[in-house]
Amino acid sequence: MTLNELPIGSSCLVKKINGEGKIRRRIFDMGITPGAEIYLRKKAPLGDPLEVTLRGYELTLRKSEASFVEVEEEKGDAQ
Amino acid sequence: MIKVALAGNPNCGKTTLFNSLTGSTAYVGNWPGVTVEKRSGTYYPNKKKKADGIEIVDLPGIYSLSPYTPEEVISRNFLLNEKPDVVINVLDGTNLERNLYMTTQILEMDVPVVVGVNMMDAVADSGQVIDLDGLSKALGVPVLGISALREKGLQDLMKAAEKAAKSPRKAVSLIKVDATLEEARKIYEDAGVASPLFHATKALEKDEIEEKEHAEEFKKVAALCEKQSKDFEAEIADERYRFLTPLCAKLIQGAARQEKEKLSLSDRIDKVLTNRWAAIPIMVVVMFLIFHFTFSGDLFYLGAMGVPFGEGYPGFISFTLGEKEVIEGVEQAVVYNPFQGLFWTGDGINSIGEFFHVLAGDGSTGVLGLIGIGLKALLMACNAPEWVIGFLYEGVYGGVAAVLGFVPQILILFAFFAILEDSGYMARIAFVLDRIFRRFGVSGRAFLPMVMGFGCGVPAMINTRTLASDKERTKTIRVIPFFTCGAKAEFLTLIAAAVASAVGFDAGAFTFLVYLLGVVIAIASVILMNHTTLREKVPPFIMELPSYHLPQVKSLGLHVWDKGKHFIQKAFTIILVSTIVVWFFSNFTWNWTFIPTADEALALTEKDSILANLGMLIAPLFTPMGFGTQIQNSWLFSVASIQGIIAKENVTSTIEALAGVIGQEDFSGVVAASFAGHSELDIAASLSAFAVFNMTTIPCFASVATAKAELGKGKTYVGTVAFWIVCSYLMGCLTYVTIRWVWTLAISIPVIALLFVLAFLYSGHKNKKEAKEA
Repeated sequence: MTLNELPIGSSCLVKKINGEGKIRRRIFDMGITPGAEIYLRKKAPLGDPLEVTLRGYELTLRKSEASFVEVEEEKGDAQ
Repeated sequence: MIKVALAGNPNCGKTTLFNSLTGSTAYVGNWPGVTVEKRSGTYYPNKKKKADGIEIVDLPGIYSLSPYTPEEVISRNFLLNEKPDVVINVLDGTNLERNLYMTTQILEMDVPVVVGVNMMDAVADSGQVIDLDGLSKALGVPVLGISALREKGLQDLMKAAEKAAKSPRKAVSLIKVDATLEEARKIYEDAGVASPLFHATKALEKDEIEEKEHAEEFKKVAALCEKQSKDFEAEIADERYRFLTPLCAKLIQGAARQEKEKLSLSDRIDKVLTNRWAAIPIMVVVMFLIFHFTFSGDLFYLGAMGVPFGEGYPGFISFTLGEKEVIEGVEQAVVYNPFQGLFWTGDGINSIGEFFHVLAGDGSTGVLGLIGIGLKALLMACNAPEWVIGFLYEGVYGGVAAVLGFVPQILILFAFFAILEDSGYMARIAFVLDRIFRRFGVSGRAFLPMVMGFGCGVPAMINTRTLASDKERTKTIRVIPFFTCGAKAEFLTLIAAAVASAVGFDAGAFTFLVYLLGVVIAIASVILMNHTTLREKVPPFIMELPSYHLPQVKSLGLHVWDKGKHFIQKAFTIILVSTIVVWFFSNFTWNWTFIPTADEALALTEKDSILANLGMLIAPLFTPMGFGTQIQNSWLFSVASIQGIIAKENVTSTIEALAGVIGQEDFSGVVAASFAGHSELDIAASLSAFAVFNMTTIPCFASVATAKAELGKGKTYVGTVAFWIVCSYLMGCLTYVTIRWVWTLAISIPVIALLFVLAFLYSGHKNKKEAKEA
């Protein structure tokens, strides 16, 4: 699954980043790399963009950009 | 002098460190050929101003050396090309892992590096301990703990920097990449490029700037990469974190890792401010209050609600200079009352911004007025000729003072926005609004510069630097003037009053409708540009949301002063020159005879001035907008509009100054005289067109100069100015024609709709073509 499909309030591990060019590098630069743990905090009031916690800080990105991030949901995380 | 560069992520406390190190020596420097500012100052050890100071350059905050916004390009270019003696890499100690990401990139350059781990006090408060020696060993450069806010550890940091600057450092790569990196490095080294390791890494990542700057070497490296089907871009980023994650786990001790999961104060504030239902209403109220506190002359609408304020605050001094004026046929002494209405006026209580505006005043009121009247009294005491007094007092001082009077108000607006930015709320506004803005073709970040446009376009345009793409910046800069600024509010009020007295349409509703029309034109323009000349995929929106914190008074003050100085410098030079020129043209005839106001024996009026003649010459241009040749005194409207291009304050001042020439006291009188014999509908149409034209046209010379600085001198800039002229002319004509002959809507609406359909078809066609090519 991809990051935008993750339910709110759950955590995941990043598997792979798709896409290309500037956006892809930006995603890397902000710390979303394979193996990183991401917690999906919330959606903006209008449903998009998303707010996530990773590497100890808050990041916002759109669903369209999150769709480049392939993730695996972490089970048993009751946040 | 040793040159030190401060580099680090946004929000790592870099600017606080800069201010602590340099104190009051900070200034804004515009480097030649560069449009984005970086700040430079001097540090003196032991705070004694001796000769052996250290130059400190504060670079815009960046996350990585792969640039993304114009600000980030500046930081990268400075580190690579300007060759600082040492780089102080400032890290946020509470967010070490992501901050260290860029450190690994800086270490790949051949430049001495000292790492300053900032916010050590906050780290200690959260019960964490960072092993700084261990970090120093792992990175191979000195690492010092500091607290920029509490000014702790700064001397040691600077000592370490000074020491490091003395010996060159060889670049190291902390990541494990296969032999290709070494081969790539050799290519750059053989070509004699400085910092070969850094460039080689960037080439492996297929960095676009690298491709442009070192085309030949880049091609060679690309050939190397083709041999193996590896995704170096992913691997390099991955390796950096693979190095950092275990390192941080080892070096940081304490309970902090779990602490994040607790609901901190910042999280609780965030729950309210970005709440699903409350977020947008809260935002609207906050924005409204900012403008209300800055510009309103009727605080909390007490006056409008019927609280009586009488004649307003009378002022605490009044005096005369022995001059006489004729009011309603009675000769009276001219009484100066510079602080009249300081705290409240007949309309209501002044907001804080309005208080400072009245306090500063203009050529004849407030503090500036006192100085001006003093100047006038001095000239009169010296028996200076009338034209000398007129030139110095009205021409030179009056123009400059009128602009300076607005500076306190604009600084207060800056301060409010700085608080929003500093506290972290502005990032949340962008977060909330991105969904709406994306539909128009810009990201949520464009909200800030656009809303700042309601205050003043100059800082708003400068603020577009934080936007991700050039096209997004151009689009935003082009529509900023449509957000009615403070100076335009002035003449709008005047026109609204004239409309009310001429046709009985409510003045408040008129002003509101013009504001609204501006926003609608802005949205329509962005959509049109997004589908025609400035087509692009919606710019990405990947942004850090910093924790909420209280703004610091010291950095806030410096920030506001920095921006204020910028504004004063830009506005000052242009306004000064233009007022002098305009004064000459409006007070002299073609054969250089001065037109005296007191002496009517010469039978000259301001109608004979060069300015009035020029106004009559161009009046036909305004005929399609209803205030051209079809009315009397059309030159007055033309001159006001043209002067408005220099500065929008001029529209008001010109109308009021010239009203006397045609024997009227105010603008309503001018309208009555000019439109004698015209129908009410005609008057409403012409005045609305006059308002719309002046609101949408070239805002002022200061903003044209800013647009030029931000967009460069090329086609984009020329196109922007042309767009403002064409757009305002069309909108002015459309307003006049629509109100005058409502049935024309049957033509104009389909034409506009067709225009949009054509734009959509065009972009759809282009997108398909591009998709095919790709």
